Amino acid sequence: MNTKSKAQLKKLTFLDKLPLYIMKLFIYLILSIFAFIILFIFYTLFVNASRAHIDISKGFSIIPGSFFGRNFQKIITQENLFVLEGIRNSLFIAFTSAALTTYFSALTAYAIHQYRFKGRRFIHMAILAVMMIPSQIAGIGLVTILYSIGWVNNYWVIIIPAIASPATFFFMLQYMKSILSHEMIEAARVDGSSEFRTFNQIVLPIIKPALSVQFIFAFVASWNNLFIPSLIIQDGKKRTLPIIIAQLGVSDPKNFDQGARFMLMFLAIIPTIIIYLIFSKFIIGGTTAGSVKG
Amino acid sequence: MSKKQKTKINYNKWGYYFVAPFIIVYVVFSLIPLLSTFYYSFFEYYYAQGGFVKVGPNFNGFANYVKLFSQGLFMKYLGNTVIIWIMGFAPQLIISLLMALWFTSFRLKLKGTTFFKTIMYMPNLVMAAAFSMLFLQLFSNTGGITTLLMDQGIIPETFSFVDKVWPTRALIAAMNFLMWFGNTTILLMAGIMGIDDSLIESASVDGANSFQVFSKIILPLLKPILLFVLVTSLVGGIQMYDIPFVFTRGTGGPQGGSQTVMMYISGLLRTSKQYDMAGTASVVLFLITSVVSVGFFFIFNREEIADYREEKRRKKELNI
Repeated sequence: MNTKSKAQLKKLTFLDKLPLYIMKLFIYLILSIFAFIILFIFYTLFVNASRAHIDISKGFSIIPGSFFGRNFQKIITQENLFVLEGIRNSLFIAFTSAALTTYFSALTAYAIHQYRFKGRRFIHMAILAVMMIPSQIAGIGLVTILYSIGWVNNYWVIIIPAIASPATFFFMLQYMKSILSHEMIEAARVDGSSEFRTFNQIVLPIIKPALSVQFIFAFVASWNNLFIPSLIIQDGKKRTLPIIIAQLGVSDPKNFDQGARFMLMFLAIIPTIIIYLIFSKFIIGGTTAGSVKG
Repeated sequence: MSKKQKTKINYNKWGYYFVAPFIIVYVVFSLIPLLSTFYYSFFEYYYAQGGFVKVGPNFNGFANYVKLFSQGLFMKYLGNTVIIWIMGFAPQLIISLLMALWFTSFRLKLKGTTFFKTIMYMPNLVMAAAFSMLFLQLFSNTGGITTLLMDQGIIPETFSFVDKVWPTRALIAAMNFLMWFGNTTILLMAGIMGIDDSLIESASVDGANSFQVFSKIILPLLKPILLFVLVTSLVGGIQMYDIPFVFTRGTGGPQGGSQTVMMYISGLLRTSKQYDMAGTASVVLFLITSVVSVGFFFIFNREEIADYREEKRRKKELNI
């Protein structure tokens, strides 16, 4: 009886599974189309960054050209565009902002996690509540104040606000809840470590995985940020890369070298893609850990 | 004993020191500016004659609000923003939900999911301004894709992606879609994987087909994450700026059809220095975002809220 039904099952499998196979084929097809579109966009960016202006206007090519170095030379020496300065400014702002965001979010989360002080619950809830406030809309008030006191072209008004990042705080707190025990801290206290030193030398190394994921997120967000910096920075040499791109688009001279333009986009996009491809596992993991409240 | 208690209180004091930087920075750089925006939205405050003559601040009640709505520009740009957001978000939600179901399905057992997920998440980390400029290059009237499609006879020679209202909007929506569908897929996957397998299995044993399993079990349990996706996407969508700004070269596109509210506000601030109107517009935008977010929260949780109220009422009756 048992063997018979098994044989029957086997006989039926292929016909039974035929719709499944067709469906799987269809799904793979759709997934491949999307993957192709995305890869095509980035591959075209790379290929066109290495081609001459005339070749680009002729249409697509699969083979990269030989103008990579020349396009690079052209875009960084382009007058009044200050691309090299832009890269330097963007790197500086992104590094400092990301460092401040991760360090102070961890410090704040640690305070909520470790200490039982008055107002703790209120502060915790308040930070979670302001997480929903749209950051750019809130930033408009800041820009208005800065304009009225004439404080423009200052990087620190872009960098310092990074200290208060509610979303990073939330992620850090979730992580600490899962990994940091109060016994560990007690042990450090018995050994005579001061509270600040305990945080820096014991807690930070333990939460290193969370710190690195959040550092990457904060760095990428700052590197890509256009809206608020474009309102605050007006001096040409102080512009960041996204501002340079936006302004090149607006003031667009039609005859601007296409190859050089693709090179500029390449310089803006490729660093984040490389970081992503190295850390993609952690980044994708970090996406869900930070936002899914279960 | 008393000494030990004393040291414990001392420890907890450190909590204040450690939260202080965060709180101070938040208050100075976000809370005060936000409140001042509310405050100054009731004042006349701008620069006239090319930005040289300061007018105000003079209190003028709700005049800014009346002006904002009577001018009609704000509503038009809000409409543009919402249309473009929906054009990107609706397909994004459907595709992401489908992909999340496919990736997590035990029946399908797809191979290479890591590869597909990695590729699809990638655009999320790309600089929106550069991504938009790239699209502009490819879809402009002499751009690579436009030329290719014309040569293949897929679109007529007279077609233009950038000179007409709807193609421009569609491309901006497509960019938003490409940048966010991978992220949404991964969020929804995490939600689906969090659902207890035995629920789905027992439903299948009881004879439920895949559609019933999806609509009766997976979808209701996904509600919190769907709400999260919806609200974060809405908050982001309302603030849409980088992509339409670069794609339309700061003009708002043909007939201003792709001018978003944030582009309008930034123009008021930087170009025409109408601080009062910029502030008023951002206050209205802020209120709309809050109301819609809270509205979604109540719609999604209406059953739970009804249950909660019922329970509260019963408790009250019992007490009496």
